[in-house]
Amino acid sequence: MEAFAHFVAELSAGEQKAAQAAIGAGFAYGLAAIGPGIGIGYVVGKAIEAMARQPEAAGMVRTTMFLGIAFTEALALIGFVVFILLGL
Amino acid sequence: MLFDVQQSLLRSGDNNPVELRIASDMVKRGMFAAPIIVIAGGLIWGRAGAFSAAFGLALVFFNFLLAASIVSWAARISTTLVMAVSMFGYFARLALMFAIVYPFRNEPWISRYSLGLTMLIAHLGLLIWEIRFVSISLAYPGLKPRQPRKN
Repeated sequence: MEAFAHFVAELSAGEQKAAQAAIGAGFAYGLAAIGPGIGIGYVVGKAIEAMARQPEAAGMVRTTMFLGIAFTEALALIGFVVFILLGL
Repeated sequence: MLFDVQQSLLRSGDNNPVELRIASDMVKRGMFAAPIIVIAGGLIWGRAGAFSAAFGLALVFFNFLLAASIVSWAARISTTLVMAVSMFGYFARLALMFAIVYPFRNEPWISRYSLGLTMLIAHLGLLIWEIRFVSISLAYPGLKPRQPRKN
Protein backbone atom coordinates (compact mmCIF):
# COMPACT_ATOMS: atom_id res chain seq x y z
CA MET A 1 0.00 0.00 0.00
CA GLU A 2 2.83 2.38 0.90
CA ALA A 3 4.61 1.50 -2.31
CA PHE A 4 1.44 2.33 -4.22
CA ALA A 5 1.06 5.65 -2.37
CA HIS A 6 4.70 6.43 -3.12
CA PHE A 7 4.16 5.53 -6.76
CA VAL A 8 1.09 7.79 -6.97
CA ALA A 9 2.97 10.66 -5.30
CA GLU A 10 5.67 10.43 -7.95
CA LEU A 11 3.19 10.90 -10.78
CA SER A 12 2.81 14.33 -12.32
CA ALA A 13 -0.49 16.22 -11.94
CA GLY A 14 -1.49 15.36 -15.50
CA GLU A 15 -0.74 11.68 -15.02
CA GLN A 16 -2.68 11.63 -11.75
CA LYS A 17 -5.65 13.23 -13.46
CA ALA A 18 -5.50 10.67 -16.28
CA ALA A 19 -5.25 7.82 -13.78
CA GLN A 20 -8.22 9.11 -11.80
CA ALA A 21 -10.25 9.45 -15.01
CA ALA A 22 -9.39 5.88 -15.98
CA ILE A 23 -10.36 4.56 -12.55
CA GLY A 24 -13.60 6.56 -12.62
CA ALA A 25 -14.41 5.30 -16.10
CA GLY A 26 -13.82 1.72 -15.02
CA PHE A 27 -16.12 2.16 -12.05
CA ALA A 28 -18.76 3.85 -14.23
CA TYR A 29 -18.77 0.96 -16.68
CA GLY A 30 -18.66 -1.72 -14.00
CA LEU A 31 -21.35 -0.21 -11.79
CA ALA A 32 -23.55 0.61 -14.77
CA ALA A 33 -23.46 -3.05 -15.81
CA ILE A 34 -24.78 -4.35 -12.47
CA GLY A 35 -28.29 -2.87 -12.65
CA PRO A 36 -29.07 -4.08 -16.18
CA GLY A 37 -27.59 -7.47 -15.25
CA ILE A 38 -30.15 -7.79 -12.47
CA GLY A 39 -32.87 -6.44 -14.75
CA ILE A 40 -32.10 -8.86 -17.58
CA GLY A 41 -32.02 -11.77 -15.14
CA TYR A 42 -35.45 -10.74 -13.90
CA VAL A 43 -36.88 -10.28 -17.41
CA VAL A 44 -35.58 -13.62 -18.68
CA GLY A 45 -36.57 -15.46 -15.49
CA LYS A 46 -40.13 -14.19 -15.76
CA ALA A 47 -40.22 -15.00 -19.48
CA ILE A 48 -39.15 -18.59 -18.80
CA GLU A 49 -41.81 -18.79 -16.11
CA ALA A 50 -44.43 -17.51 -18.57
CA MET A 51 -43.32 -20.02 -21.21
CA ALA A 52 -43.56 -22.83 -18.67
CA ARG A 53 -47.07 -21.77 -17.69
CA GLN A 54 -48.28 -21.27 -21.24
CA PRO A 55 -46.06 -23.02 -23.76
CA GLU A 56 -48.20 -22.06 -26.77
CA ALA A 57 -47.41 -18.40 -26.07
CA ALA A 58 -43.65 -18.97 -26.27
CA GLY A 59 -43.25 -16.92 -29.46
CA MET A 60 -45.13 -13.98 -28.01
CA VAL A 61 -43.22 -14.17 -24.73
CA ARG A 62 -39.88 -14.34 -26.54
CA THR A 63 -40.77 -11.23 -28.54
CA THR A 64 -41.47 -9.31 -25.35
CA MET A 65 -38.40 -10.80 -23.67
CA PHE A 66 -36.08 -9.77 -26.47
CA LEU A 67 -37.37 -6.20 -26.49
CA GLY A 68 -37.15 -6.11 -22.69
CA ILE A 69 -33.55 -7.27 -22.79
CA ALA A 70 -32.68 -4.68 -25.43
CA PHE A 71 -34.31 -1.84 -23.48
CA THR A 72 -32.61 -2.90 -20.25
CA GLU A 73 -29.30 -3.12 -22.06
CA ALA A 74 -29.60 0.54 -23.01
CA LEU A 75 -28.76 1.35 -19.38
CA ALA A 76 -25.49 -0.54 -19.67
CA LEU A 77 -24.87 1.28 -22.92
CA ILE A 78 -25.14 4.59 -21.06
CA GLY A 79 -22.37 3.35 -18.76
CA PHE A 80 -20.32 2.35 -21.78
CA VAL A 81 -20.77 5.78 -23.33
CA VAL A 82 -19.68 7.45 -20.07
CA PHE A 83 -16.69 5.13 -20.07
CA ILE A 84 -15.84 6.12 -23.64
CA LEU A 85 -16.14 9.82 -22.83
CA LEU A 86 -14.27 9.72 -19.53
CA GLY A 87 -11.30 7.53 -19.83
CA LEU A 88 -11.05 5.33 -22.88
CA MET B 1 -44.90 -29.80 -18.68
CA LEU B 2 -41.21 -29.41 -19.48
CA PHE B 3 -41.72 -31.51 -22.59
CA ASP B 4 -44.50 -29.13 -23.68
CA VAL B 5 -42.26 -26.11 -23.19
CA GLN B 6 -39.42 -27.70 -25.15
CA GLN B 7 -41.75 -28.72 -27.95
CA SER B 8 -43.24 -25.25 -28.08
CA LEU B 9 -39.82 -23.66 -28.19
CA LEU B 10 -38.77 -26.11 -30.85
CA ARG B 11 -41.75 -25.20 -32.98
CA SER B 12 -41.35 -21.48 -32.52
CA GLY B 13 -37.58 -21.72 -32.85
CA ASP B 14 -37.58 -23.75 -36.04
CA ASN B 15 -40.13 -21.85 -38.03
CA ASN B 16 -40.09 -18.50 -36.39
CA PRO B 17 -36.90 -17.12 -34.88
CA VAL B 18 -38.75 -14.04 -33.63
CA GLU B 19 -35.70 -12.33 -32.14
CA LEU B 20 -33.77 -12.63 -35.36
CA ARG B 21 -36.67 -11.31 -37.39
CA ILE B 22 -37.05 -8.30 -35.07
CA ALA B 23 -33.30 -7.60 -35.06
CA SER B 24 -33.08 -7.91 -38.85
CA ASP B 25 -35.97 -5.52 -39.21
CA MET B 26 -34.29 -3.07 -36.85
CA VAL B 27 -31.06 -3.26 -38.83
CA LYS B 28 -33.00 -2.71 -42.05
CA ARG B 29 -34.61 0.40 -40.62
CA GLY B 30 -31.26 1.49 -39.21
CA MET B 31 -29.74 1.25 -42.69
CA PHE B 32 -32.30 3.78 -43.92
CA ALA B 33 -31.48 6.14 -41.06
CA ALA B 34 -27.70 5.57 -41.26
CA PRO B 35 -26.89 8.22 -43.90
CA ILE B 36 -28.71 10.88 -41.86
CA ILE B 37 -26.86 9.95 -38.67
CA VAL B 38 -23.47 9.81 -40.43
CA ILE B 39 -24.05 13.17 -42.10
CA ALA B 40 -25.18 14.68 -38.78
CA GLY B 41 -22.03 13.33 -37.09
CA GLY B 42 -19.94 14.75 -39.91
CA LEU B 43 -21.57 18.16 -39.70
CA ILE B 44 -21.09 18.42 -35.94
CA TRP B 45 -17.68 16.76 -35.40
CA GLY B 46 -16.18 16.75 -38.87
CA ARG B 47 -14.74 13.78 -40.72
CA ALA B 48 -13.89 11.92 -37.49
CA GLY B 49 -17.47 12.41 -36.38
CA ALA B 50 -18.82 10.86 -39.57
CA PHE B 51 -16.50 7.84 -39.33
CA SER B 52 -17.27 7.41 -35.63
CA ALA B 53 -21.00 7.60 -36.27
CA ALA B 54 -20.70 4.88 -38.91
CA PHE B 55 -18.58 2.80 -36.53
CA GLY B 56 -21.10 3.28 -33.72
CA LEU B 57 -23.98 2.28 -35.97
CA ALA B 58 -22.12 -0.85 -37.07
CA LEU B 59 -21.55 -1.74 -33.42
CA VAL B 60 -25.23 -1.30 -32.56
CA PHE B 61 -26.33 -3.42 -35.54
CA PHE B 62 -23.78 -6.09 -34.62
CA ASN B 63 -24.95 -6.08 -31.01
CA PHE B 64 -28.62 -6.51 -31.96
CA LEU B 65 -27.93 -9.26 -34.46
CA LEU B 66 -25.59 -11.13 -32.13
CA ALA B 67 -28.05 -10.96 -29.22
CA ALA B 68 -30.90 -12.14 -31.43
CA SER B 69 -28.87 -14.93 -33.01
CA ILE B 70 -27.74 -16.44 -29.76
CA VAL B 71 -31.18 -16.25 -28.12
CA SER B 72 -32.85 -17.76 -31.21
CA TRP B 73 -30.23 -20.50 -31.28
CA ALA B 74 -30.68 -21.23 -27.57
CA ALA B 75 -34.48 -21.28 -27.87
CA ARG B 76 -34.21 -24.19 -30.29
CA ILE B 77 -32.38 -26.21 -27.65
CA SER B 78 -33.81 -25.55 -24.19
CA THR B 79 -35.24 -22.97 -21.83
CA THR B 80 -32.27 -23.42 -19.49
CA LEU B 81 -29.96 -22.45 -22.30
CA VAL B 82 -32.10 -19.36 -23.04
CA MET B 83 -31.58 -18.23 -19.46
CA ALA B 84 -27.86 -18.96 -19.51
CA VAL B 85 -27.27 -17.41 -22.92
CA SER B 86 -29.26 -14.27 -22.06
CA MET B 87 -27.25 -13.64 -18.91
CA PHE B 88 -23.79 -14.62 -20.04
CA GLY B 89 -24.49 -13.29 -23.52
CA TYR B 90 -25.10 -9.88 -21.97
CA PHE B 91 -21.75 -9.83 -20.19
CA ALA B 92 -19.98 -11.35 -23.19
CA ARG B 93 -21.42 -8.70 -25.51
CA LEU B 94 -20.41 -5.90 -23.16
CA ALA B 95 -16.90 -7.31 -23.08
CA LEU B 96 -16.91 -7.73 -26.84
CA MET B 97 -17.98 -4.11 -27.40
CA PHE B 98 -15.16 -2.98 -25.14
CA ALA B 99 -12.70 -5.23 -26.98
CA ILE B 100 -13.82 -3.86 -30.35
CA VAL B 101 -13.71 -0.18 -29.36
CA TYR B 102 -10.57 -0.24 -27.20
CA PRO B 103 -7.96 -0.80 -29.97
CA PHE B 104 -9.32 2.17 -31.91
CA ARG B 105 -9.45 4.59 -28.97
CA ASN B 106 -6.53 6.74 -30.12
CA GLU B 107 -7.15 6.60 -33.83
CA PRO B 108 -7.45 10.03 -35.42
CA TRP B 109 -10.74 9.09 -37.08
CA ILE B 110 -12.43 8.44 -33.72
CA SER B 111 -14.53 11.17 -32.15
CA ARG B 112 -15.58 9.93 -28.72
CA TYR B 113 -18.63 12.15 -28.47
CA SER B 114 -19.89 11.10 -31.88
CA LEU B 115 -19.27 7.41 -31.19
CA GLY B 116 -20.89 7.42 -27.77
CA LEU B 117 -23.91 9.49 -28.68
CA THR B 118 -24.50 7.57 -31.90
CA MET B 119 -24.47 4.26 -30.05
CA LEU B 120 -26.92 5.50 -27.45
CA ILE B 121 -29.27 7.28 -29.82
CA ALA B 122 -29.22 4.49 -32.42
CA HIS B 123 -29.84 1.77 -29.85
CA LEU B 124 -32.76 3.51 -28.17
CA GLY B 125 -34.09 5.10 -31.34
CA LEU B 126 -34.22 1.84 -33.26
CA LEU B 127 -35.90 0.06 -30.36
CA ILE B 128 -38.56 2.72 -29.98
CA TRP B 129 -39.07 2.81 -33.75
CA GLU B 130 -39.40 -0.99 -33.87
CA ILE B 131 -42.05 -1.07 -31.16
CA ARG B 132 -44.54 0.22 -33.72
CA PHE B 133 -44.01 -2.82 -35.94
CA VAL B 134 -43.93 -5.52 -33.29
CA SER B 135 -46.96 -7.68 -32.81
CA ILE B 136 -47.51 -9.19 -29.40
CA SER B 137 -50.24 -11.65 -30.25
CA LEU B 138 -50.52 -15.42 -30.30
CA ALA B 139 -51.35 -15.45 -33.99
CA TYR B 140 -48.40 -13.35 -35.09
CA PRO B 141 -45.52 -13.44 -32.64
CA GLY B 142 -42.69 -11.16 -33.72
CA LEU B 143 -43.47 -8.67 -36.44
CA LYS B 144 -46.91 -7.53 -37.47
CA PRO B 145 -48.12 -9.08 -40.72
CA ARG B 146 -47.90 -6.82 -43.71
CA GLN B 147 -51.11 -5.44 -45.12
CA PRO B 148 -51.86 -6.82 -48.57
CA ARG B 149 -51.60 -4.21 -51.29
CA LYS B 150 -54.86 -2.87 -52.59
CA ASN B 151 -55.12 -2.91 -56.37
